[in-house]
Amino acid sequence: MSLYLDIHKHFRGFKLDVRLDVGNDTLAILGASGSGKSLTLGCVSGIIKPDEGKIILNDKTIFDSKNNINLPPQQRHTGLMFQNYALFPNMTVRENLCISQKSNAAEIDDMLSKFGLERVKDLYPSQISGGQQQRTALARMLLSRPAILMLDEPFSALDSHLRFQMERELLDVFHNFDGTSILVSHNRDEAFRLCERLAIFNNGHIEVEGKKSEVFANPQTRTAAILTGCKNISRAERTGKGKFFATDWGIELQCNKLDDAVKFIGIRMHSITNEIHNENSFECRVAQVIENPFSFTVMLIPKNARENLRPIGWEIEKSLWHKVKNETVNVCLPPESLLLLRD
Amino acid sequence: MDWYPLVNSLRVALISSVIVFFTGIAAAWYTSKLPTTIKGIIDVILTLPLVLPPTVMGYFLLRLLGPKRLIGAWILENFGVRLSMVWYSAIFASVVVSFPLMYRTARGAFESLDKNLVYSAQILGLSNTYTFWKIIMPYCKKGITAGTILSFARALGEYGATSMISGYTPGRTATISTTVYQLWRTGNDSLAMKWVLINLAISFIVLIAVNIIERGRK
Repeated sequence: MSLYLDIHKHFRGFKLDVRLDVGNDTLAILGASGSGKSLTLGCVSGIIKPDEGKIILNDKTIFDSKNNINLPPQQRHTGLMFQNYALFPNMTVRENLCISQKSNAAEIDDMLSKFGLERVKDLYPSQISGGQQQRTALARMLLSRPAILMLDEPFSALDSHLRFQMERELLDVFHNFDGTSILVSHNRDEAFRLCERLAIFNNGHIEVEGKKSEVFANPQTRTAAILTGCKNISRAERTGKGKFFATDWGIELQCNKLDDAVKFIGIRMHSITNEIHNENSFECRVAQVIENPFSFTVMLIPKNARENLRPIGWEIEKSLWHKVKNETVNVCLPPESLLLLRD
Repeated sequence: MDWYPLVNSLRVALISSVIVFFTGIAAAWYTSKLPTTIKGIIDVILTLPLVLPPTVMGYFLLRLLGPKRLIGAWILENFGVRLSMVWYSAIFASVVVSFPLMYRTARGAFESLDKNLVYSAQILGLSNTYTFWKIIMPYCKKGITAGTILSFARALGEYGATSMISGYTPGRTATISTTVYQLWRTGNDSLAMKWVLINLAISFIVLIAVNIIERGRK
């Protein structure tokens, strides 16, 4: 069970250039809107035709521009759930599930009970809740026996409580599905919770791809750092061996590994500590304190830096902040927590 | 009272509605998929009969379908069928004049269609024909029904092009609208009044039907 794709497409001044090789995993595609995520899913399912390239799904070539292969969507057996679910409004929940005619009545009834849709099976999509609509769309996709599951921003239409519940149900779906699953998202938390691998999309190509823990630990590029939730990013200039100047923060930092490709430096808000080491410790002025439900975000400006610089955000537990609270604080940016980033 | 004009008007309007239903929907479906510039040009051509005076359309029809003209002569020679000055000539006039109404309402309905529904259907393995009749058409049902009724009403009220291509022969080509004009012209005011009332009644029913359908749209 795998998906291989290498596709190129010019589309209204936008250039899509994607190479991807996924096994029997769940992959999350993270990217800003307009970065080509949905376009890629469209190419796999066959509703959009790439200009050139190749797509192989479970060892079957479904698109190959060199050999003139372009299977219509009907013959690709993919599963794609749209952001708005695309349920057929003139058909009841049950009729929506029956539509692909690849499952028998017993299987459909099983699916209805599994997703808790028995009570609404004779209602129309406009008469049921957002969560039920999403379950209907999921069930319809699974009953069509797809070779791959693709979900385009599945939670964007749900409120946060329902989102959490549907996330757990989707985790089960992914777990029980034998094949590649792809989730398109712009939410790093949901991507991390649901998937094993992560692909970072930027401007039509994949910037970083790998195991989720590795991508979060070492995002490699500025876009990947932003998309995985790193809030502190500064331009970096190399000043010596293992040393560089963080231009936006006005401080010199020490780090273990530094090469010439590094253009930015980042640190996650929770990686900053108030344990003082010899390296990378600074006395900072507190510029602003923002209270979160279970923590504080403290905006810091290094003491000897110039004024008009970008503050560094530090996320700290409430109890700890009450102990160290002051007009100036000493913090450390541990060398091992620094993210070294390409452009 | 001779009921021929009512029967003739209704059959002409019904037949032309059926023709316009299929041609209008087909034209709307295929133009909605064209690139913008070509779509604009074709749209103008297909909508033109709506804004041109019906007599201009009648003139074009006579130029094409008259017994000595291009199509008319060819049909007469090969099939022995006259295309002008017979009852069914009025169908040509009604079709041409009511086509834009069907075409435009259907196109509006197709353009408001959620593309993802079509994509979903294809991905789920449904054939394009099935998708068109079982998903797209029900989705656009209200717009298309309203378009059909409007074209029927327009066909029923057609006068200008009809009077040119099929003329007025009592009991042979007379429709309600040509009859009213003839009765008025010959001073038969009371009979003209009767036909006016009949026409009013039909139009009333049709417009109420359109309103009921529009309300069903929510």
